[in-house]
Amino acid sequence: MVIKKPADIPSSDITPKNTYFNRRKFLLGASAGLGGLVLGSRILDELASPSAVAFANTKIEGIHSSSLSTTGEKLTPLKDIANYNNYYEFSTDKYEPAGLAKDFHTRPWTVKVEGMVHKPQTLDVDQIIRLSAPEERIYRHRCVEGWSMVIPWVGFPLCKLVDTVQPLGKARFVEFTTIYDPKQMPGQNRGVLPWPYLEGLRLDEAMHPLAILAFGMYGETLPKQDGAPLRLVIPWKYGFKSIKAIVKIRFLATQPETTWNKVASDEYGFYSNVNPEVDHPRWSQKTERRIGEFFKRPTLKFNGYGEQVASLYTGMDLRKNF
Amino acid sequence: MSRQIGILKFMLFLAGLGPLAQLGWKAFHDGLGANPVEVITHSTGTWTLVFLLVTLSISPVRKLSGALWLIRFRRMLGLYAFFYGMLHFATYIWLDKFFDIQEMSKDIYKRPFITVGFTAFVLLIPLATTSTQGMIRRLGRRWQILHRLVYASAAMGVIHYLWLVKADRRVPEIYGIVLLILLVYRVIQKLTVHSNGLTNRASETFIEVMHR
Repeated sequence: MVIKKPADIPSSDITPKNTYFNRRKFLLGASAGLGGLVLGSRILDELASPSAVAFANTKIEGIHSSSLSTTGEKLTPLKDIANYNNYYEFSTDKYEPAGLAKDFHTRPWTVKVEGMVHKPQTLDVDQIIRLSAPEERIYRHRCVEGWSMVIPWVGFPLCKLVDTVQPLGKARFVEFTTIYDPKQMPGQNRGVLPWPYLEGLRLDEAMHPLAILAFGMYGETLPKQDGAPLRLVIPWKYGFKSIKAIVKIRFLATQPETTWNKVASDEYGFYSNVNPEVDHPRWSQKTERRIGEFFKRPTLKFNGYGEQVASLYTGMDLRKNF
Repeated sequence: MSRQIGILKFMLFLAGLGPLAQLGWKAFHDGLGANPVEVITHSTGTWTLVFLLVTLSISPVRKLSGALWLIRFRRMLGLYAFFYGMLHFATYIWLDKFFDIQEMSKDIYKRPFITVGFTAFVLLIPLATTSTQGMIRRLGRRWQILHRLVYASAAMGVIHYLWLVKADRRVPEIYGIVLLILLVYRVIQKLTVHSNGLTNRASETFIEVMHR
């Protein structure tokens, strides 16, 4: 890994997470088990303090800042990003992956790149990380549930990997697969979603400079509950498109199936671009709650990245292709 | 006995405030996590359902156990269901919609899970307002008929929960099963009472107790 040289990241970019750490443990204990059926079980839950929060600790060296970073937004504190996770492979409770991912093995880790490419190959994750210089990309992150964060990711453009494997002319889509390992991921023992988790992009979306593969956050390797060792970040789409813990990338001529679309095609489209004009059938997408803010704020079309990405969808009816 | 019941009632009153106290304590100690409003919404909603189901279990439990005095706690439990329902609703109109009447009416009209949740809450209003001794006396037989609305409210509460979850239906299904058991018990009870040609002694006892 690209590690162990003196840092050249501005220290202002790094949140002193250790100061949060002890208090966090305590608070997690206090918030465990909200929604228990019986008072007794609630008390028990509160006494059983969950295991320490899994933070990553390895600093990433040589991070460049990027002109594609979002500016003028307050960063969401690491303690919130790392303790509020939609990661159904571990749990459907957003407060639980932090504890449950603690012992998740992110090394050794390989990613199979296959399908319609000239150079199909299995890459070690550390090889992938070295494909391009690490960049800090500050992006807004909008969950389909109506909350959002601002996250300083570390990664590089997905197109660098795509270029390495050289897609065939016929390739038009890319499919991503999350690891399936129910021994390590307790949520996969339940059929809440069909496993493994699948996501997909059109090839031109994947080639867009804003689309990144991320392996870090706040200047350090990704917390396990945030998708380590390698995840996708597509800032103009709802969060569930940014698939975590990737083990396979496949190039295809036809549009791949994606997990949430399979589960509820009327609610989660293949594109799932952030769009305040198109409601989720069960709730409005007009506003969002930025984590850490009291009032809700209006949601921006393409999550505010319309200037860069709207051209990908010219001529498309975004109501139909939601 | 009556004194013991008084003490128990007071303890129940305090216990009923527990969930709210816990929320308040956490709110003041930065313990509500990354999305406090979500936690408050879910918690108040959960406790509404819990109190509703506990209220509905009083009748069966007292019939099965013979602990007839349990009826003395039912009103308070029911009122707590209403209390947490009110907090849940207030969280929605204040912290989620910021009193945007237009958005709210659209929600209630357009989104089935909000429609049923809202209806479930509205159905509880007449029950809470007619829960006083005076009202019970005044309404007489009609009081019991009116208060059957609680079944509809509880069912809609469970449906509200079922319809709002994204994929994991386990917890709302548990509430649904508990409610189903409580309702099926009543149906069986009714059928057996009728087939035996007996009068509904339990309800007479209930009226008697409430008049005390």
